[in-house]
Amino acid sequence: MEQNQAQSPSPPLDTRFDRLNSDWYFDKLAQVLMFIGGISVIVFIIGIFVFVSIEGFGFLAGKFEFSEFFFSPDWRPTSQTKETYGLLALMAGTASVTGFAMLVAVPFSLGAAIYIAEFSSGKKREFLKVTIELLAAIPSVVWGFIGLTIMNPLIIQIFHVPVGLNILNAGIILGLMAAPIMTSIAEDALKAVPDRYREAAEAMGATRWQMIYKVILPAAKNGLLGAILLGVGRGFGETMAVLMATGHSINLPTSVFDSVRALTATIAAELGETAVGSDHYQALFAIGIFLFAVTFVINLVADLIVRGVRKG
Amino acid sequence: MFSATSLNRKNDRNETAVRWLLGGMTGLLVLPVVVILSVLVYKGGPVISFEFLFTTPTKGMTAGGIFPALLGTVLLVICALLASVPFGIAAAIYLSEYAPDNWLTRVINLAIINLAGVPSIVHALFGLGAFVVFFRFGTSILAASLTLAIMTLPVVIVATRESLQSVPHAFREACWNMGATRWQTIRRIILPNAVTGILTGVILEVCRTAGETAPILFTGAAFFLPLLPQSVFDQTMALSLHLFVVSTQVPNMPEGVPYGVALVLIAMVLIMNSLSIALRMYLRGRKKW
Repeated sequence: MEQNQAQSPSPPLDTRFDRLNSDWYFDKLAQVLMFIGGISVIVFIIGIFVFVSIEGFGFLAGKFEFSEFFFSPDWRPTSQTKETYGLLALMAGTASVTGFAMLVAVPFSLGAAIYIAEFSSGKKREFLKVTIELLAAIPSVVWGFIGLTIMNPLIIQIFHVPVGLNILNAGIILGLMAAPIMTSIAEDALKAVPDRYREAAEAMGATRWQMIYKVILPAAKNGLLGAILLGVGRGFGETMAVLMATGHSINLPTSVFDSVRALTATIAAELGETAVGSDHYQALFAIGIFLFAVTFVINLVADLIVRGVRKG
Repeated sequence: MFSATSLNRKNDRNETAVRWLLGGMTGLLVLPVVVILSVLVYKGGPVISFEFLFTTPTKGMTAGGIFPALLGTVLLVICALLASVPFGIAAAIYLSEYAPDNWLTRVINLAIINLAGVPSIVHALFGLGAFVVFFRFGTSILAASLTLAIMTLPVVIVATRESLQSVPHAFREACWNMGATRWQTIRRIILPNAVTGILTGVILEVCRTAGETAPILFTGAAFFLPLLPQSVFDQTMALSLHLFVVSTQVPNMPEGVPYGVALVLIAMVLIMNSLSIALRMYLRGRKKW
């Protein structure tokens, strides 16, 4: 911890004369406590990986077959004759819902970010930012409830389909959930473009839109990509809304009106009914390991991309 | 002297079109908040009454109130805050005041980002594996609130770090030059100047904690309990889970009840959130540096 002193400018701490002073000990004690606080975050993230892995290990060592796990669409953990643990249909469910959500969220949140960052100012800007923040605060179970009670009859009525709980429903809900975080990160990325770029573009006679399109968007490209990735991560890991709005039936979807089931929702729905330590229980933890690994990679890549902007 | 050429007019037209298009997209993002709120108030409003808020559910949850769920959510939030705020503030102080720019700090930052990005259901698995099974807390308020605490830790850390860093560096230098130790500087100068910002973060965390459902699903929340929890080792009902239960698991549910539960939950969350936003604006207006 001595290296902390290297940070400049550092406080003038000539401790040789102060060893008997209680303030000196308080200072050291505080430094250790704060350090523990900082380290705890690493401990927690490792703890999550370790504990989820411990519980899932039995499955990975026993019933796990790579080709079945990733390429079989049959998820029948409670079958009397032969249990199968295939994730393909569940992955297709997660992918289709997340993909549809991004189709909704990416254009809208980038559009909103450009509008807030470049076309609005003062009170209007403040109002839009606050509203988007409130949108982000709505709990996922309320979104699920909205999918169930508002979107469901609406979809049945408009498209004349028998069931309104499907990819379309969950995709729109998830898109609205992911949009606020994408908007605010994208807006930060646009704001990070130096003003001299704008001034130079305007001096060349560019209109506002030409400036945005030709100068600002290319300059903010990495930050925007990071924003989209974080949105994908959010959609991928969402649980309650997806559980309630997808229809929760195992399916390899062929249209947006098909009901599907997501990886996260499967854990939420089935874990309560399994006995601790059973194959089914361990298989659900194995899905957890998979989810952890995928979101870890998404977040890592997003962070590297966004940080790349700040350095460049 | 200058008259608009056809190119000017075309550019102007494009400009207006783009402005309307982007404004419309923003409007479509803002609109759902208004629609959702008005539907919830319209359908859930009539259900809300003193009795609804302060009595226990009866007749298989189709009648009566939501008091145990409301109380459970409050208990979970309080326990989660007690666990996460000290860690969160310590971590933020370390990152803002002590941490050198080295690999360890980068790993801590990465861990914070990942802690915020891990799916809530994976946090639930962790809570089950660690607190319920390994530490033998059983499915209890303690296990559920610790799970929530770890999940929402990044919210406190990020907000606290931001408000600590907004205290000008000159304040620190002045204090050090008076002979104060690092801790004295933090305790007497930095924390008092950052406390409103930290409070903003804590309120945001309350809001996140109250709304989460997945992490408490297997760690301590129950669908229905006839008795109120007596200690932190008891299970509890929670508002968010109650909304899930009354809207999907109970047959013959009168239509208004789930809307009422949703309205109470969202009102709680939005009021806390608005409070945090108002505090931030007040802070920005008052700032002297």
